[in-house]
Amino acid sequence: MRIRFWGTRGSLPVSLAAKDIKHKIIEALLAADGRELGTREAAVAFVENDLPFAISHTYGGDTSCVQIDTGSDDYVLCDLGTGIRPFGHHVLARRGARTPCTFHVFMSHLHWDHIMGFPLFLHAYIPGNRIVIHGCHAELEEAFRRQHAAPCFPVDFSRLRAKIEFVTLEPGKRTRIAGLDVTPKLQLHGGDSYGYRFEHQGKVVVYSTDSEHKTDDVNATQETVEFIRRADLVIFDAMYSLADSVSVKEDWGHSSNVVGVELCQIARAKHLCIFHHEPVHDDEKISSVLQETLRLEEITRGDHQLRISSAYDGLEITV
Amino acid sequence: MQVTTKRHADVLVVAVQGRVDYVNADEFRAALLPHLKSCRAGGDKAVLDLSGLEYISSAGLRVLIIAAKEAHAAKGKLVAAALHPVVREIFEISRFTLVFDTHESLQGALRELSPAALAALQSG
Repeated sequence: MRIRFWGTRGSLPVSLAAKDIKHKIIEALLAADGRELGTREAAVAFVENDLPFAISHTYGGDTSCVQIDTGSDDYVLCDLGTGIRPFGHHVLARRGARTPCTFHVFMSHLHWDHIMGFPLFLHAYIPGNRIVIHGCHAELEEAFRRQHAAPCFPVDFSRLRAKIEFVTLEPGKRTRIAGLDVTPKLQLHGGDSYGYRFEHQGKVVVYSTDSEHKTDDVNATQETVEFIRRADLVIFDAMYSLADSVSVKEDWGHSSNVVGVELCQIARAKHLCIFHHEPVHDDEKISSVLQETLRLEEITRGDHQLRISSAYDGLEITV
Repeated sequence: MQVTTKRHADVLVVAVQGRVDYVNADEFRAALLPHLKSCRAGGDKAVLDLSGLEYISSAGLRVLIIAAKEAHAAKGKLVAAALHPVVREIFEISRFTLVFDTHESLQGALRELSPAALAALQSG
C-alpha cells in the first residue's frame, strides 16, 4: 500500500504568510554562505540534503485527507478536509475530466475540518463519477447536505452531478471494501470519532485521528493497543502536548506524541506517523516536536524499535 | 513501583521508586494520593523525590497532574525534585515542566519550601 498525505493539519487550514517565506529565504541564504551553488543541481542538492526540512519545505496547511493506494483504479481516502482539493487536481491531471472514477471515502467524523474540502472537490460536479462516503455516524449524509445548503455554500448538494452514496459502517465489524479489509473503531472525541484499521495483502495501516486517549483507563488502552497491534503504519492525532491534553485541554478530544509512542510501543507497531498538526504551530515547531518524539522513542525503547515520521502535505509512505 | 514517605519539619517527602506505566498507574494513584491529603493551606508542603523513578508513562504523569490539581485547589504546595535523567526528558518532552514545579535536587526543593525542613534534612 502507498499512503499519500494530502492534508495533515488539524482544526483549521493554514498557509504560510509573507513573513514566513522571508524567514525561510533568509535562513537558507545564511546557510548557503561560502558554498559553491553555481548550478541548479548543486542548489537542489543543497536544499534537499543540507537545509533543515522546516526551512527547505513546509508541513503544509490543508486539513485531513489521506489516500490509501492499493494499485486499484478506485481511489480510497480518509476524510474530506481541504486536502481533497489538491488530490482532485492530481486525479484530473492524471486521468482527465472524462474518465469516470470511483472514490471510497472513510470519515473519521463530521467536524468541519474533516468535511470542508468536499464542496471544492471537482469530481463531485462531474457526471459519471461515483463517490461512496463510508462512516459510522447516523448524521453522515445530513452533515454533507447541510454543508452545501444556503447560506453556507452557493451550490446545493442536489446539484452535484456525481453519483454520491452514503454507507453506514458498524464499529468493530470487519468489512471488505475496495479490496481492503476495513475495521472501524469508536474513539473518544466530542460527538464521537472513528478510527479505521485497513488490511491489505498482509499489511496494516491504521488511520486514527481526532481521538483522545486516557491511558490510565487500562481497558480502553488495551482496546486501542489491539486495534493498532503490529500495524505497519499508525497515523495518529498528536495535536497537543501531553501536559496540555491532561490539563487545560483535557476532554478536547485530541492526543499527543507521547501517547502515540507509548501505544505503538506496547502494540509493537512498526511506524508511527504523527498527524493533525496544531494550526498555531509553524514548521520549526512541528520539526522540533518530531525531534523530541524521536528522542522519546530512543530513551524508552525496549527490544522493539519504532520508526517515527511527522506527516506533511505531499508525504508518501509505502508499507 | 514503591511509594515511601519521610517527614522533614513541615515538609513531607514522598519518594517514588521503580517504573510507573499504564498497567500499574492505578496502583500508583492509590499509593500516592492518600499521602498528599495533608498538602493544603496551613498543612504540609510536599516534595516528590523522583530520584528512584526510572520511567513514568503518560498514565503515571496523569496521576501527578491529579495530585497537583488537588494540592492547588487546597492551596497547598507540591513540587517534584531530583528527577532521573530519563524521567526529566520525559517531563520536558511532554511539557510537564510547564505545569509541574520541578527542582534539580531534594535539597534545592527544601531550600525553597522550608529552611526548617532543609535544616532537618541536613542534621540527619
